[in-house]
Amino acid sequence: MKKLFSFLFLLVPVIAMTGTLLAAETPPGNDTGDTAWLLISTALVMLMTPGLAFFYGGMVGRKNVLGILMQCFIILCAVSVQWVLFGYSLSFAPGKGFWGSLEWAGLKGVGLAPYSDYAATIPHQLFMVFQMMFAIITPALIIGAFAERMKFSAFLAFIILWSTFVYDPVCHWVWGIGGWLKDLGALDFAGGTVVHINAGIAALTTAIFIGKRRGSTQKAILPHNLPFTILGTALLWFGWFGFNAGSSLGANEIAVNAFVVTNTAAAAAGLSWALLDWICHEKPTVLGTATGAVAGLVAITPAAGFVSGLSAIIIGLFVSIFCYMAVAIVKPRFGYDDALDVFGVHCIGGIWGALATGLFASKAVNPAGADGLFFGNPKQFVVQIIAVAVTLSYSFVASFIIYKVIDATIKVRVNEKDEIMGLDLTQHHENAYTILE
Amino acid sequence: MKLIIAIIKPDRLEAVKQELYKAEVNLITVNEVLGHGRQMGVAEVYRGVREMGNLLRKIRLEIAVNESFVEPTINAIVKGAQTGNIGDGKIFVLDLVECIRIRTEERGGEAIG
Repeated sequence: MKKLFSFLFLLVPVIAMTGTLLAAETPPGNDTGDTAWLLISTALVMLMTPGLAFFYGGMVGRKNVLGILMQCFIILCAVSVQWVLFGYSLSFAPGKGFWGSLEWAGLKGVGLAPYSDYAATIPHQLFMVFQMMFAIITPALIIGAFAERMKFSAFLAFIILWSTFVYDPVCHWVWGIGGWLKDLGALDFAGGTVVHINAGIAALTTAIFIGKRRGSTQKAILPHNLPFTILGTALLWFGWFGFNAGSSLGANEIAVNAFVVTNTAAAAAGLSWALLDWICHEKPTVLGTATGAVAGLVAITPAAGFVSGLSAIIIGLFVSIFCYMAVAIVKPRFGYDDALDVFGVHCIGGIWGALATGLFASKAVNPAGADGLFFGNPKQFVVQIIAVAVTLSYSFVASFIIYKVIDATIKVRVNEKDEIMGLDLTQHHENAYTILE
Repeated sequence: MKLIIAIIKPDRLEAVKQELYKAEVNLITVNEVLGHGRQMGVAEVYRGVREMGNLLRKIRLEIAVNESFVEPTINAIVKGAQTGNIGDGKIFVLDLVECIRIRTEERGGEAIG
């Protein structure tokens, strides 16, 4: 005990010294307001991944809920480390290639001074960690497609390879210096292509090739805890303020615009889905309304910094119609088992959002953006289509290859017995709920 | 009159229900129960503590039938629940002394159907 105290005592001056060193070295150019807002936004976006875990976790059977929570949680752990080691460098280090470069691997040269080509008023490391949270939630979105039937080891391999070979390059093309879609003039404020279309099409790919869940054709697999799903939706909505309003990279007017349109689009889309349920199935459903709100958040993501509040209402109202058709008509017709509708909500919603950006973007909202088709600039709409098409085709092909490589080596799907018993018991040796004490 | 009690695997319930409908047996009660037979359950681990012999989730069906429905009901349950693997479950057939429909106070075979 004494030893411990003397050790702590020795530490005090060391910590104090580091403190003064850091204080003395605070680089010029950092704005305290912008830095504060981005720190908060980063934490908000981090919360979206556990939020997503509950959104998805409520929708699966109760024998698989821990499996979902664990998959989201381990992505938070694995991609955080990947991002520091090489993910951030591959995505954002300047370069005209497939990836950025390995110049910033291990955060070499990523310091506390701003890197003005990305964000001129916040520490470079803050920009890095803000982007880390996006790199985490994107692969987590895919989980919903192959829910209740993927082996944990195969899942982990898939996520690490997908982050490196799909997320990092697409992120570089759209947001990185030297990225060719960025140079083409594609507008993606907070990740419609990079995050939602990218993950959504990967979801469709994996859902098709892993096959249907056992018994899903005889009987719909019902959500085991819808209150979890609503809790998750609320956490996603809350976190999305960091996702979109944080993407202005400062505590400024554009952030406020993004904040307002984010809330507006989510609200309009939630209403719209509830009405569709009401018209088509007699009653407005809770799951439908929550799904609509998420679809609205997805659709406004690429547009948040470029469109007005009224445009956000139109974007929100329409996204639910498109996603509803994808989920209720297209999916049953083609018969793929996208278990929790990642493709139907994120890919379709993301495509609509990216295209809507090309329609509704206005320089009156953001002088640094561009005008869309409805504001006299049809070229922007064409550029948006190219960005969508490139993301769709690249992510589809690359996700397919990664899936096949893993399936050939360690098999992706759990065996029949494990699927029947559930992923909680067979993959993690735990049970979410007890019946008897 | 007989009371048929069956313990089956949870994922076979839907198939058993379908088979029972085909045999025109529409009145069932279903319970979720825990138990294990010879396979002795599963292992679970909580913070490094290994718990052996945990009970498995099973479904317990209770169906009261008149004599003529006994064999069709048994056959339907077997058809729906049989996978050939360990843990498929058991069917118990018991004599049923009386049956009363609460709404009408009918008794016996009338009340069952």
